[in-house]
Amino acid sequence: MLLVHHLYVNYRSVKALEDITFKLPEGILVGLLGPNGAGKSTLIKALLGLIPKQAGEVLYRDAPLQQQRKQVAYVPQRSQIDWDYPATVWNVVMLARTTHAGWFRSPSRQSAEIVKESLRRVDLFDLRDRPIGSLSGGQQQRVFLARAIAQQANLLLLDEPLAAVDKKTEALIFQIYDELKAEGKTLLISCHEWGGILNHYDQLLLINQRLVAQGVPKEVMTPTNIELAYGIPPQPRHFHDALETTFFC
Amino acid sequence: MRSKPHSSVKPLMLEWLLEPLSFEFMRNALMVGILAGILCPVVGTYLLVQRMALLGDVMAHSVLPGLAIAFFLEINILIGAFVSGIISAFLIAWIRSQTRIKVDAAMALIFSSFFALGVLLITLLRNKLDLDSFLFGDILGVTQADVTRTAMITLVVLALVRLFYKELFFYTFDRLGAQAIGLPINSIYLGLMAGVTLTIIASMQTVGVALVVALLVGPATTAYLLVKELHQMMGLGALLGAVSSVIGMYISYYLNVPSGPCIVLISCGFFVLAVLFSPSEGLLTQPEAVNRAASILSRLKQTERSK
Repeated sequence: MLLVHHLYVNYRSVKALEDITFKLPEGILVGLLGPNGAGKSTLIKALLGLIPKQAGEVLYRDAPLQQQRKQVAYVPQRSQIDWDYPATVWNVVMLARTTHAGWFRSPSRQSAEIVKESLRRVDLFDLRDRPIGSLSGGQQQRVFLARAIAQQANLLLLDEPLAAVDKKTEALIFQIYDELKAEGKTLLISCHEWGGILNHYDQLLLINQRLVAQGVPKEVMTPTNIELAYGIPPQPRHFHDALETTFFC
Repeated sequence: MRSKPHSSVKPLMLEWLLEPLSFEFMRNALMVGILAGILCPVVGTYLLVQRMALLGDVMAHSVLPGLAIAFFLEINILIGAFVSGIISAFLIAWIRSQTRIKVDAAMALIFSSFFALGVLLITLLRNKLDLDSFLFGDILGVTQADVTRTAMITLVVLALVRLFYKELFFYTFDRLGAQAIGLPINSIYLGLMAGVTLTIIASMQTVGVALVVALLVGPATTAYLLVKELHQMMGLGALLGAVSSVIGMYISYYLNVPSGPCIVLISCGFFVLAVLFSPSEGLLTQPEAVNRAASILSRLKQTERSK
């Protein structure tokens, strides 16, 4: 169980997150939704302790998450990575095994097996020796998904993993989410997609600096909540598409 | 000054190569040059992949106040240089994290302030430090002790790079990810900056602080165009750096000019060659360029014929 309790985060004296409280059970796929600048990335970084929090607690299995870094895998936003970095697919996925190997040691043979298996799962094993800069956007996202898998963490925090991804890769990624969920892992995934795709998530967290709503997609994506989060009433057609395709078709 | 031992048996080229080696200062200078040529690209690779190439330049100029103060206090000037370089790196990181100022502006400020302070201190403290030799290298002054010290620094830094290779790779590739997985990123940053400062100190006599950034960045950049992995970049960079140093030293010896600029221009020459002829992305060798050239040629031939 991931428990976030009255979390406050400031970004250079501007309030970024206010009084965020929620619980996530194990083995669940959760979408983190909200307008641009709502604090989705900030929330993920604050959970990981990558940015300081003003107040609040983040507990995983009854202990502070920051003390259990091996339990959590993080996929940063695509734009945070320099894709021209001289590294191959294999080396990037192997990064997941850094702390398992420990200081001064090379990764074990077992780690190599885990990396191999992770690459097979995301269907990139054949491209393992390619420089990451030569991959398509979807392939690059899968490299980082493989890295998260190879870390063998129980909690996965993914920041917009569907950005720059084609439909085929999207289906593959959701299939992998389901497999991970079946293994009892908890996935919190920030997304900016609307529509039928939201039905893939077991729960949605709708935020705009504060937590607007949490629950199954149908309960969260009501006109009132959408207006609360996005500030404006949803455009009739947009809204119609979002709801109709999501919940009634 | 130079006496040329005549030997009719030896081919002229060999004599040309061996003559400088008959002087102890030149043997020492070549040793120090090769070591700096190996060390600089390895450490410079880490700056390059973080888009922090100019940080090498900033830190090189920032060692100057430390040199002046240490010389005045009659303590080891290298300790002064080290402390001064680390302080500058720390200040840049501090400005970057505490204000809205971007890193390039922070670097420009620290660079010029530290350098100005250094020049002022050298004058005020009436140091007998020779500013020119620190700025552009002074191979005539390389002693056996300098060779030993440079060798020690090179060995220590290379060993540390090897030991912390995977952590440094993670940090320079994905700093947030490294922090998320629990790596001590502040210590890694400090360690990396210590490595850069030590490298600059080791290269001071060969290329001088004004040009050391070229040796930090040049061979590694050239290697970046030719290979696809970090450790390959370091290996090839080190080779190119050492070769640049040796060629530069010989030119410096025969033309009686400072060694720093010669080494830097040779290293830059390698870069130009790689830009033009890199098998995968050379301007003249990549497939598109070859096709373009072929199509221009054929069009020229057509116009020729139609005439």
